[in-house]
Amino acid sequence: MNNQFDDASRAVADAHEREWAFVLAATVRVAGDIDLAEECVQDAYVAALDAWRRNGVPHNPAAWLTTTARNRALDTHRRNAVLRRKLPQLVDPTEDAAPDVVRIEDNIDSIDSIEDDRLRLVFTCCHPAIGREAQVALTLRLICGLSTAEIAQAFLVPEPTMAARVTRAKKKISAARIPYRVPESAELPDRLDAVLTVVHLLFTTGHTSPAGAQLVRSDLVMRATSLARMLHALMPDEREVGGLLGLILLTDARRDTRVEFDGRLLLLEEQDRSRWNRELISEGSALVVQALSGGVAGRFAVQAAIAAVHAEAPSYVETDWSQLLGLYDTLLGIWPSPVVALNRCVALLMVHGPATALAQVDQLDASGRLAGYRYLPATRADLLRRLDRFADAATAYRQAIALADNEAERDFLLRRLAEVSQ
Amino acid sequence: MAQYLILIYESEEAYLGATPEVRQDISAAHTRFAEQIPTLGATMLGGNALQPTATATSVRVDIVTDGPFVETKEALGGYYLIEATDLDQALAVAKLCPARFGGVEVRPIWDLAAG
Repeated sequence: MNNQFDDASRAVADAHEREWAFVLAATVRVAGDIDLAEECVQDAYVAALDAWRRNGVPHNPAAWLTTTARNRALDTHRRNAVLRRKLPQLVDPTEDAAPDVVRIEDNIDSIDSIEDDRLRLVFTCCHPAIGREAQVALTLRLICGLSTAEIAQAFLVPEPTMAARVTRAKKKISAARIPYRVPESAELPDRLDAVLTVVHLLFTTGHTSPAGAQLVRSDLVMRATSLARMLHALMPDEREVGGLLGLILLTDARRDTRVEFDGRLLLLEEQDRSRWNRELISEGSALVVQALSGGVAGRFAVQAAIAAVHAEAPSYVETDWSQLLGLYDTLLGIWPSPVVALNRCVALLMVHGPATALAQVDQLDASGRLAGYRYLPATRADLLRRLDRFADAATAYRQAIALADNEAERDFLLRRLAEVSQ
Repeated sequence: MAQYLILIYESEEAYLGATPEVRQDISAAHTRFAEQIPTLGATMLGGNALQPTATATSVRVDIVTDGPFVETKEALGGYYLIEATDLDQALAVAKLCPARFGGVEVRPIWDLAAG
């Protein structure tokens, strides 16, 4: 009995982590409204805990949860037919006539009969009419099933602020009738780019936390990785999706070697490459090959290729820097971002030396396009240090320290400042 | 179907300073726009150009003041009321709406009967 009790709790927690998006997305279709769907799905998880403890865990938990949540949505509509007529309809009822209550036992093993609507939900969360911050919050809330408190904690904002952001975005989806659908092929590249940007933003926020004592927020990294995996499974032919997943895996493969035991930040050249995760690297590299083949590569594919060159190099010095420089040129061509231009300077340093690289960094600095970006003075400082211009380097390190919010990064810069000040 | 108001915000200075040829061009663009709306599956329910903000009078409680409610660089100069299936269709219409001296804002109409 006790065993069944534990099994049920574990199965519910597991289904929450794995199946939340599937269950919610399938329920929105019947509920016609995201808020109602969310409520019904939450109820279904609560009901599951009780039912599975008493009757055992069903063979197909996702199907059980979906059927239960959908039935609750149908119940709500039936109970309040008047309200039903009044609700702004997210999904046109003619598109998918609401079925009668489905008997769970009929549906329990037939998950195939429930259409996978996760992509619709993803594209709704990342609709361009919703601001980037809200897109990120909605994705964590609706696709990953995180609570508002968890999302607020992840982004270090007060819970009421995050709650207001989520509520406002959900209200806009319903009031402005943001459609619940996968964009048509003509608009797909732009819309997909927004989705990938949100997932990448989640990953980078986790990979190098912009503030606080921790360098890596593994919870966010894990969420971003599973989101990228889900998207890749749902859109195996979209090369940029494979590119993003590859980029995430190749970058995350270095996670354990980025900080010393004492929390000290280690640079790429100081990291113990034997401790990089080989499994992630080979999976990521295979994805890069796919993402680069056939036509002009996208920005995530090229970024992933850059990460792959680093991951496969036997050492920092033996890295194929001229190939990297070429990849950065390609990347700048398709994505003229000043951050990319700054990163390219590292390859420039390794191929043509610190003076050439410094000239480029100074040019970027003068353009003002990276004002307030902490890695610009940090890069400048490093190049000046290599050129033995220690006084100038110290000034640049001080500028970088003033901009650094992450403690591991600050400590690193302070150590460097001490070195050049001797 | 849902209704949306497309609000046209443009620099009045640029608009009022336009040559007769440019004005004619703008007028033709609006005629073309009206013809394009049904091809996107949406319907135009109405629309008007507004006199410049210099002609506006604001009333707050019972105090009457000369001028627009809010002074902005780009002022509301006209609007269209359309019916569309969803925001994507409304945005497709908005993208075609002429507003060479500024841009447009899309606002869903609040169907008060629906709550």
